[in-house]
Amino acid sequence: MVPKSPVHNHTPGKLPLRERALRKAFLQRIHDIPGGEKLHRCIQCGTCSGSCPVSWAMDLMPRELIAHFRAGDIESILHSRTIWLCASCYACTERCPQGIRVTDIIYSLKRLAIDSNITLEHDGAHKLPQIFVDIINKYGRNHELGLMMRYYLRTNPLQLLRMASLGLAMMKRRRITFAPPRVEKALKDIRTIIAHAERLEVPKEIFSPEYRPDTVGYRAIDKVSSRSSKSPSTTE
Amino acid sequence: MTYAYYPGCSLESSSRMYDSSLREVFRCLDLELVELEDWNCCGATAYFSVKETVSLAVSARNLALAERAELDIVAPCSSCFTILLKTHHMLEGNTELSDKINEALGAVNLSYKGNVRVRHPLEVLVNDVGLEKIRDAVKVPLDGFAIAPYYGCQIARGESSFDDSEDPVFMDRLFSTLGARLVYFPHKVRCCGGMLMYTWEDIAVRLVADLMRCAQENGAHLILTTCPMCHANLDLHLEHVRKVYPEAKPTSTYFFTQLLGLALGIPAEKLGFDLNYIPIDQRLKDLIQRTTEVTHA
Ligand code: SF4
Ligand code: SF4
Ligand code: SF4
Ligand code: SF4
Repeated sequence: MVPKSPVHNHTPGKLPLRERALRKAFLQRIHDIPGGEKLHRCIQCGTCSGSCPVSWAMDLMPRELIAHFRAGDIESILHSRTIWLCASCYACTERCPQGIRVTDIIYSLKRLAIDSNITLEHDGAHKLPQIFVDIINKYGRNHELGLMMRYYLRTNPLQLLRMASLGLAMMKRRRITFAPPRVEKALKDIRTIIAHAERLEVPKEIFSPEYRPDTVGYRAIDKVSSRSSKSPSTTE
Repeated sequence: MTYAYYPGCSLESSSRMYDSSLREVFRCLDLELVELEDWNCCGATAYFSVKETVSLAVSARNLALAERAELDIVAPCSSCFTILLKTHHMLEGNTELSDKINEALGAVNLSYKGNVRVRHPLEVLVNDVGLEKIRDAVKVPLDGFAIAPYYGCQIARGESSFDDSEDPVFMDRLFSTLGARLVYFPHKVRCCGGMLMYTWEDIAVRLVADLMRCAQENGAHLILTTCPMCHANLDLHLEHVRKVYPEAKPTSTYFFTQLLGLALGIPAEKLGFDLNYIPIDQRLKDLIQRTTEVTHA
């Protein structure tokens, strides 16, 4: 099922305000990926989709993500289950003949979806990483049991019952730790680092490319990277 | 040789046998592991999916600690290995980003200058110890064992360059040195689904079933892995896998350090062979018996 996009008018220069904002935010983000600007080189060969172990279950395959981006339709990408289905296995990135960092691009799309509050309506997959972040911020390390419990409680409590026998077996083997992990002395340090980095997370507007009609279509990234002062020079 | 050891969260609980077997194997081969004091979670794919700068800062703290100790960092969990390596490379390739991260680390008087080598134990064993020396240390050869080497999707891809990304061979070389037979296993770098087992179980189960079928049809007695998440997916979900692949036999999956430990004559109790969900099979029991005889002789 292809997600319904609220964007129907894909004419460059006539994009809805929301699409323009998302576009701008996305272009900012791919600048942090070393080699992110190579996105413009996609030849739509489909190697990424063919290499992806879960593309059969996606509503938009990796190649189509890039096509939608070019067509000025980021919003439908953010609504797709594709970005949350991506297991970050790097198969697509490894094989892309154009050196496009598909996995990293999907990472930035995930962040963009969370930041702009566009998340899946019926599946809870996007909640797992957010719960994970809460746990790390609190304890400094992951707590496997806590992560699972919280995730299932928030998405599908029945699953907890189904998992009970497995849990019991794990308990018998002492492969479950009940108490949350303790990072002895450094928890304060870790939280300080997180708090500082949080403030730096805000994208610096000065580097953000301005939205212009020509930021849609095949030239999109080309224009943007040549306009930006800091286009990363990457090894070819 | 001395290394900074970064166990990662999973090795503290669900995969504690990976931790114990790795420590035993390293000790046996005269490699010293110094656990990074108060290491924190590398952030995994999950933190990186939510916040970029923060997750890189969190991950870089571990690199900064290793840099201060002037040691290479050994990360056995495939996911930790990939994330730490990725952090290192991203900071190397982007000065604006690395300034930000160092600003955050600076708040607790840490900094990362980019001098740490992130290593996977498989690569350390093959490159730093060498197959010759390992061959000399074998006490119980693995003759007759048919192994499917499962590298998982992470350790040979991305920024990692120690092995071939489509057909890695380090585990193959290591275990043929120990006398085992490596079966044809074209799925060696195919993803098992990772966290999808929790978020979209139906999809992940199919990926795991594919791996199991591939190992089984090629006659593997057991599957070896380098990653806690791969291990959990292959070990814990046989019942679900049977719904899509009814012929699935209980093929055990172990960490490569567990079987390597046995071959080196380390007692099975120290390697955690009894912790798997899929019960241990007769062939392996016999091998454990032989190891016990050798070590007590
Ligand atoms: S493999 Fe690369 S070039 Fe081919 S469609 Fe995918 S992203 Fe585009
Ligand atoms: S990284 Fe994601 S999109 Fe790329 S092949 Fe793997 S699962 Fe598919
Ligand atoms: S792999 Fe997972 S759980 Fe392990 S340290 Fe890295 S993030 Fe934490
Ligand atoms: S194969 Fe699966 S668990 Fe292993 S590294 Fe890849 S996603 Fe993670």
